Amino acid sequence: MSRIEGYIPTDDEIRTLLEKLDTEAEQSGYHLNPDREFVSFLMEGLLVNQKRFGYLSCPCRLASGDIEDDRDMICPCDYRDPDLDEFGACYCSLYVTEKVLRGEQKAGSIPERRPNREEREAVRKKKQAGPPEGVKVGLPYPVWRCKVCGYLAARDTPPEVCPICKASKERFERFM
Amino acid sequence: MIERKHVDGEKKGEILIYALSTCGWCRKTKKHLEDLGIAYDYIDVDLLEGPESEEVMKTVRKFNEKGSFPTIVINGKHCVVGYNIDKVREILENEPD
Ligand code: SF4
Repeated sequence: MSRIEGYIPTDDEIRTLLEKLDTEAEQSGYHLNPDREFVSFLMEGLLVNQKRFGYLSCPCRLASGDIEDDRDMICPCDYRDPDLDEFGACYCSLYVTEKVLRGEQKAGSIPERRPNREEREAVRKKKQAGPPEGVKVGLPYPVWRCKVCGYLAARDTPPEVCPICKASKERFERFM
Repeated sequence: MIERKHVDGEKKGEILIYALSTCGWCRKTKKHLEDLGIAYDYIDVDLLEGPESEEVMKTVRKFNEKGSFPTIVINGKHCVVGYNIDKVREILENEPD
C-alpha cells in the first residue's frame, strides 16, 4: 500500500468508510463484496486516493489528479452498474450482485470498461451541458440523469446528491 | 531508469507486473506469485512522479491498449491482463528455457 506523505489509513478510518459504504449500498439495493479482508484493502486504497486527490478515486485505476477527467471513476464509478449486470461485480470487486453474495456466481478479475483518454475526451466534447442532440420536447422541466445509477430527476437543476446512489450533482447529465 | 521492486523466489522467467499500490487484483496477483514461490519484479505506477508515470504508461499501453492494472509482462513479449495466475503459469510452461 502506498504511503503518500507517510499517510497510512488507520483501522478506524477503514472501518468507518466501510460501514458508511455498506449502509449506503444496502439502502439502495447494492451489496459490498463479502470478503471483508479484500474490501478493507480497497477502503485503504480509497482513503489514500482521497488524501492524494481530494476525492474517492477508484483504487484499481490510475487517476490523473484532474477531477474533470477522473469524475467518471469516483467511487461508485459510472461503470459499476453495467459491470454488475455483465460480470456480477464492479471492476475492483468492491460491489457484487446478490447472486455473487449468495455464492451462486463467482466474481473475478474483469475487463476494463472505462474508455481510454482519447475516447473520453471525444465524448466530453460532444456532450457538454445541453440536452442530447435531436431532443426537442416541450417538457415543463429539463430531465437530469444520474450517470452512476440511472436515476432521473425532472427539475431545473440536478439534486445536490443522488437520492439513490449518493453521487454528487456533477455526476448528472442532461437527459431530456 | 525506473526502479523495479524485486520479490525473491524460483526464477521461472522474467516476470514484470505493472501494478497500482491501491488495487485489489494487483495485490492478489503479487501475493499469489509469492505464495507459489515464483520470483518477479513489479512497478507500482501510482507511486511514480508525473513524467516517470507517463513514460511507464507508454510501455504498459504497448502491451495492453487499455492501460489497465495489473498488466503482467512475461519475458518482455507475453502479456496477461488482470488477475489470472493460470494464464501466467501456462505461458511460463510453454516458454523455452
Ligand atoms: S464501483 Fe468498484 S470499480 Fe467503480 S470506482 Fe468503486 S471500487 Fe472502483
